[in-house]
Amino acid sequence: MHLKGKPMPTDSTAPAAPGRWRTVDILTCAVLAVAFGVVFWAWNFVWAGLDPVLAFLPPLKGILYGVWLIPAVLAPLIVRRVGAGLLTEALAATVSALLGSVWGVLVIYQGLLQGLGGEIAFAAGRYRRFGTATAVAAGALACVAATLFDVVVWYPDTALWAFKIPYIAFAALSGAIVAGLGSKALVAAMLPTGVLDRFPAGRERARI
Amino acid sequence: MIPVEFRGYAWRHAGRRAQAVTGVDLRVEPGERVLLLGPSGSGKSTLLAALAGLLTEDAGDQDGEVLLDGKSAADQRGRVGILFQDPETQLVMARAGDDVAFGLENQAVPRGEIWPRVHDALRAVGFPYGPDRDTHALSGGEQQRLALAGVLARRPELILLDEPTANLDPEGAQGVRDALRAALAETDATLIVVEHRVADILDLVDRVIALGPGGTPIADGPAARVLADHGDALAAQGVWVPGAPLPHRPGGTPGDTALRGDGLALTYPGAARPALDGVTFELRQGELLAVTGPNGSGKSTLALLAGGLAKPDAGTATVPGERRPLHRLPARRLATRVGSVFQDPEHQFVTATVRDELAFGSKQAGWPKDRIDARVAELLDRLRLAPLAEANPHTLSGGEARRLSVAGALAAAPGVLLLDEPTFGQDRRTWGELVDLTADIRDEGTALLAVTHDRDFAAALGARELALENGRTAGEVPC
Amino acid sequence: MLTFAPVCGPDAPIARANPVAKLAAVALVTVVALVAGDWLTPLLLLAAMLIVLPFTGIRARPLARRLRWLWLAAGTVVIVNALFAAEQTGRILLTLGPVAIGSGALLDGVAIGLRVCVAATAGVLVFATTDPTDLADALTQQLKAPPRFTIGSLAALRLLPLLGAEWNQITTARRARGLEGGWNPVRRTRLFASTMFALLVGAIRRAGRLAAAMDARGFDTEIPRTHAREQRMRPGDWAVIALAAGAAAAAVAVSVAAGTFTV
Repeated sequence: MHLKGKPMPTDSTAPAAPGRWRTVDILTCAVLAVAFGVVFWAWNFVWAGLDPVLAFLPPLKGILYGVWLIPAVLAPLIVRRVGAGLLTEALAATVSALLGSVWGVLVIYQGLLQGLGGEIAFAAGRYRRFGTATAVAAGALACVAATLFDVVVWYPDTALWAFKIPYIAFAALSGAIVAGLGSKALVAAMLPTGVLDRFPAGRERARI
Repeated sequence: MIPVEFRGYAWRHAGRRAQAVTGVDLRVEPGERVLLLGPSGSGKSTLLAALAGLLTEDAGDQDGEVLLDGKSAADQRGRVGILFQDPETQLVMARAGDDVAFGLENQAVPRGEIWPRVHDALRAVGFPYGPDRDTHALSGGEQQRLALAGVLARRPELILLDEPTANLDPEGAQGVRDALRAALAETDATLIVVEHRVADILDLVDRVIALGPGGTPIADGPAARVLADHGDALAAQGVWVPGAPLPHRPGGTPGDTALRGDGLALTYPGAARPALDGVTFELRQGELLAVTGPNGSGKSTLALLAGGLAKPDAGTATVPGERRPLHRLPARRLATRVGSVFQDPEHQFVTATVRDELAFGSKQAGWPKDRIDARVAELLDRLRLAPLAEANPHTLSGGEARRLSVAGALAAAPGVLLLDEPTFGQDRRTWGELVDLTADIRDEGTALLAVTHDRDFAAALGARELALENGRTAGEVPC
Repeated sequence: MLTFAPVCGPDAPIARANPVAKLAAVALVTVVALVAGDWLTPLLLLAAMLIVLPFTGIRARPLARRLRWLWLAAGTVVIVNALFAAEQTGRILLTLGPVAIGSGALLDGVAIGLRVCVAATAGVLVFATTDPTDLADALTQQLKAPPRFTIGSLAALRLLPLLGAEWNQITTARRARGLEGGWNPVRRTRLFASTMFALLVGAIRRAGRLAAAMDARGFDTEIPRTHAREQRMRPGDWAVIALAAGAAAAAVAVSVAAGTFTV
């Protein structure tokens, strides 16, 4: 459809997509999750040199956190269905467990939690709002959920103000920017390629 | 075996302004074997997808009707089987037998019946391994045969084949055609095939329908008559009409050496034997060297090493004027010396418009702006991309994307251009364009190396051949 | 390369155990490890798993390869918990300017480090020995997970090695275009983003083609599907769960008796 007028193109008032997931919705979320399994694997190489440096300043490590949460925001922005973030993030976590993540089964628990964190933002918009604000909130909330898990499970003995709060705050900021704005930018860049034509997000570009 | 009918059928894909097909009226009788021909963009694949019941409301806008046995195709999916081009995205399961069983599980076939039917289907396509075979360990041709078994196991009454061998090397394609021939002899299902390489498939069909732009039939009848009456027009549209003359563009006398490979060798981590085991060659200005050989002979590895894109275990690839071997050149500099064109053009696209794509290489190389602009204008014009200058590279058709990837590699005016399977999966018209384009580039003095399975391509250009086998030189001859 | 390389042969006892039984066993052990705050409980759980290991058929070399980064992960957790502890209890072991580490804080850190080791080992026991197809079968048949989502995810998993190879090709193609990361972090990040974009565009295209192929084979019908392969619990599978429950209970009981157990 052609856009006439400009009432916030991504906050469409059309009803959210009907209940039943199409096969292409399921497969898109699932393949995105697997693709992010590859992306995370490569990301580890990109920052291999930086890891030891950040090990000395663990709260700062939160800054790179957003990359892990892109699937939780990107998938719902594309397929716009209830639970898309949860499915994609949980499956991405399962892929890393299958690939041999040292966090084992716990990475799946964490993935579920991260996905839920992102879903909160989309649910708050009743799955009708997919604008920048929603994406940023979803990214931040997913990161908060992820780092809360870290803090409770892996860093329970640390000081609240010297470690826990800055760690979560840095991660939330990273989630908002990298996962939130980053996913929004990815969708914007994907629109002209035509791969999103079969999805609600794709309906917002001019026809070619 | 069921009758098929289109009545005033039209389809527009979501997000597209143009109709994929309009006003199609067509009837295929039960048990008929039909070859569907037409230029790319005439909507052949759209018609097959419609028959398979895959064009649902959310995917675009429909007009008219598609009827199978008098009922809407969307409700008749269980009676139709379709085989697509790309084997990798048709297999669902990690084990061969499970993959064939997948379609039966969906049909709610009881467990006791599933396995006998799986074994029958695997036998019918001549699948050489057991049902526990890992589907990743299969070659493209074997994967496609497995996908065919998955189609046959469901006992479809209408079989649709959408360019089933276009993504395969000649050997794999032959295997798939043999399997098709054997399987079709055992069923009386109605058949509709889309295929550019007519000669290979002609004995399987008894009727040919040629579509014009928009999906309107322009010729219809027995194969021999349609090809005799419309052969020239079809060839011009991109169909490989048997017996149509191929272009002949031999090159002149080659000039000085443009690239040297000396004892190039590489073993991939974890591999049992070297992918390339000491290959030496010389590439001269204004010549085309065709690197040939079976799968796994090291052709693609040779292209990577010659392009300075991977570090050899031993040996060097060098160009005159550079002291360092190619793999040690910074990428920006490398792009001004050697251009590489990959099999999948999309892997190479780095910008959002065709124009930016063409300016990218020379910008990286630090050319002044007016020189970049002149080069972009020249390439747009020469590769007939000017009307597409502002288009997103990912929206181009196969042939356009291929031309753009060649143009992008030429952007920074390298003296050497390496092409990996340039004609793979292209229709006759794009193929002809690629022959001419390659000849033009060569005749301007660029040194060309093409990894190819395509004998016609090498012959049309009078290429010198470097044959590889098991990572070594098996022979060096003029084609 | 990117594949799910198994750590045991297909006929190893643990590879033949029911995936749901293995998941339940691992969930039991890891939940206990998560709840326990002391050092003795995870140590006992780890010991129990090491005792079981020789009977599972898992090969030592690939297991060690899988766990080669474990020391780093566990080490980081120990150091961070000790260094940033809310209060440095016990005897001060180390002072470096403003930084001090007490023995109590270090012991608490070690407890969490052992928790990492339990999670990692348990994870390998289940994930590195389970064929994803068997896992999907078990999830749909025994836990009644929705088959369209489970099988859809399984089909996507098949693309992992393919997408991994594609990442390498895209990276190589970018060098050919004159793009490479080098040591500049900004350029490196931009190259990474551009490679990721190309991978995702290709992935979404593939997802669409795969979905069409699956629907063409009846994946989208509303009829309940049958199962070519049956997954069910055998006595041995119940024994696996019982063994895990027993080990978990014993570990807690011993540490309570020893007086170290905390939550």
